[in-house]
Amino acid sequence: MKLNGAQIICKLLERQGITVLSGIPGGAILPLYDALYDSPLRHVLARHEQGAGFIAQGMARVTGRAAVCLGTSGPGATNLLTAIADAKLDSIPLVAITGQVARSLLRTDAFQEVDTFGLTLPITKHSFMVMDTEELLHVIPRAFEIAESGRPGPVVVDVPKDVFQAVCEVTTWPEPGRAAAPLGGAEEQIARMADLITRSQRPALYIGGGVIGANAGELVKELARRINAPVASTLMGLGAIPGDDPLALGMLGMHGAPFTNYIMDEADLLIVIGARFDDRATGLAARFCQHAEIIHIEIDPCEIDKIKPSSVSIAGDAREVLCQLLTAIAPQERPAWRTRIEELKASHPLLIPKRPESVHPLEFCKILGELLPPDAIVSTDVGQHQMWMAQGYPVRQPRTYLTSGGLGTMGFGLPAAIGGALAAPGRRTVCVSGDGSILMNVGELATLADLNLDLTVVILNNGRLGMVRQQQELFYGKRYEASIFERQPDFAALARAFGIRAYDLQGITDIKEVLREAFTQPGPALVNLPVDPAENVYPIVPPGAANVDMIRACPGE
Amino acid sequence: MRHTLSVLVENKFGVLTRIAGMFSGRGFNIDTLNVGPTLDPSRSRMTIVVMGDDAVLEQVTKQLNKLIDVIEIEDFRDNEYVDRELVLLRVNVDAQTRSEVMQICDIFRAKIIDVQPKNVAIELTGNESKIEKFLFLMEPFGIRDLTRTGKVAVSRRQ
Repeated sequence: MKLNGAQIICKLLERQGITVLSGIPGGAILPLYDALYDSPLRHVLARHEQGAGFIAQGMARVTGRAAVCLGTSGPGATNLLTAIADAKLDSIPLVAITGQVARSLLRTDAFQEVDTFGLTLPITKHSFMVMDTEELLHVIPRAFEIAESGRPGPVVVDVPKDVFQAVCEVTTWPEPGRAAAPLGGAEEQIARMADLITRSQRPALYIGGGVIGANAGELVKELARRINAPVASTLMGLGAIPGDDPLALGMLGMHGAPFTNYIMDEADLLIVIGARFDDRATGLAARFCQHAEIIHIEIDPCEIDKIKPSSVSIAGDAREVLCQLLTAIAPQERPAWRTRIEELKASHPLLIPKRPESVHPLEFCKILGELLPPDAIVSTDVGQHQMWMAQGYPVRQPRTYLTSGGLGTMGFGLPAAIGGALAAPGRRTVCVSGDGSILMNVGELATLADLNLDLTVVILNNGRLGMVRQQQELFYGKRYEASIFERQPDFAALARAFGIRAYDLQGITDIKEVLREAFTQPGPALVNLPVDPAENVYPIVPPGAANVDMIRACPGE
Repeated sequence: MRHTLSVLVENKFGVLTRIAGMFSGRGFNIDTLNVGPTLDPSRSRMTIVVMGDDAVLEQVTKQLNKLIDVIEIEDFRDNEYVDRELVLLRVNVDAQTRSEVMQICDIFRAKIIDVQPKNVAIELTGNESKIEKFLFLMEPFGIRDLTRTGKVAVSRRQ
């Protein structure tokens, strides 16, 4: 069968199980779009390549499988970079296919030429430049294999225009690229872990995105139950076990609840699973859980002993290792520890401050949890609202909570939610954003209107870059440079201009009924929720301080 | 501390950049780096001398292992390998000093590969201490140019 490179790519993507991909066409990648015209693949036209990248990420985060985004050469590729870097830091499997100028024009500073391969080297798991059409038969499956194997991540495939166009004979199709078989640990290591756990008086689990990546949430819950250990989660690990589980401590670290960080500080054994001792989770690393021995289960060997030395570790898949560990551990009652945990929870709760005039953002997050079914997909943007959501929204299922953890990319929320909604038809999707973040990729409202998804955007609107303003208030002597917007757009009118139903909660204190309508009516909607600009996210661990030295609340509260 | 790593890599476009980028991106210090072909034309061998303690070396090795184009890493420890470096240098001479320079070259089994009226070019192969000693002895005559290949190494194992 004679096919050109573009047709070969479409066929290979189909064989990978891809049904939807996102992107924006342009000169160098037009041959691929020409092939898409005849292909069963559904293309979602974003309004900015960064949006296309985050739509693909949204799909990947919900399904756990690599998703695909497309961009043309030059600005198409550079616009994708942020979404690719974001996928790298959050270990999200992504395959980005970029058009490149024709081989004869390469390295001549041709129109829309940029060194995509070079630019993406440090922000990908791997990148390919395909210089021959036949190579596609090897490179495309390999790109998926790399993206999904071990610690997942983004892979870039850069394809010159004439490689898309050149025809080659395809006699047999390669097997689709699949993740390598997950690895467990050695018996000896498992036995040592079991021994440490059995001897421990006050064990605690610290879990991260790796648990969700390995689909190991149920096993974490089982381990926690069996050994009576509480479970603190990083931002990326939220939802691995239900947020309302009696052993769940929610998020630890910089904006963790007071009891969470105090309980972790009293642990004598830290069982770290699929987490990497990120500074936002540990605070001052030297004083993080300083009385605890460490068990580290992590798929990436580079993360083991990188920040904190462990007593015993396994570089393996969380699911495999937990299966092994659970066969080696008998139920263990720890009544004294459980009592102590309940004491700390009761004496150091996360309080929702009462606001007679307005709705506190944490109150909103709680209402959101009441209104949405457990399988609803929720994305956030980046800033204060993201941390309030992490504190106050009870994520109840894995792969339902999409947030930019490592890179902290404002503008992530809306396109990621679009991708999430595409991957989870029939489930309600909500994007919780801020008035700063939403404007970063506001053009994707047009994409949302095109797709007519059951997706509601809620903007917590304080007219500020709230997290910046908060840090300026607390750590820069209230010198508010460039964090307060001079004027605010009418977000409800803006949504309507895109053809999206809108609600403005200005002056409404009983927001629940309006939100219920916004979340149940079919089609896209946007809700503007004014927030007191003086509200801060508390607790907050100051930069360089230990987690237990958190600032609990503003003076007088 | 210095460690010598021998890294077998795919002989592909961009591999050197990828490895150099990993070193700079993670702040590891490369002392010397040498790349050359192997018997298998699809593979190259890099000999990398890294500065750092054991923790740094462990991270370097792990990070290298993560790169798709890295096939195998050999971490040479004391006595398990032999290493050599090639140095080309040009040293000032005159009628009085020429014979002295030639004598030192003899002792070190260095070769004089070019002779000019006021200088000579010398080729020397050896391990680190031999090269350092030779350069120390040449210093008083005036070294005009110096090029070093960086270390290459091979395991002593059978």
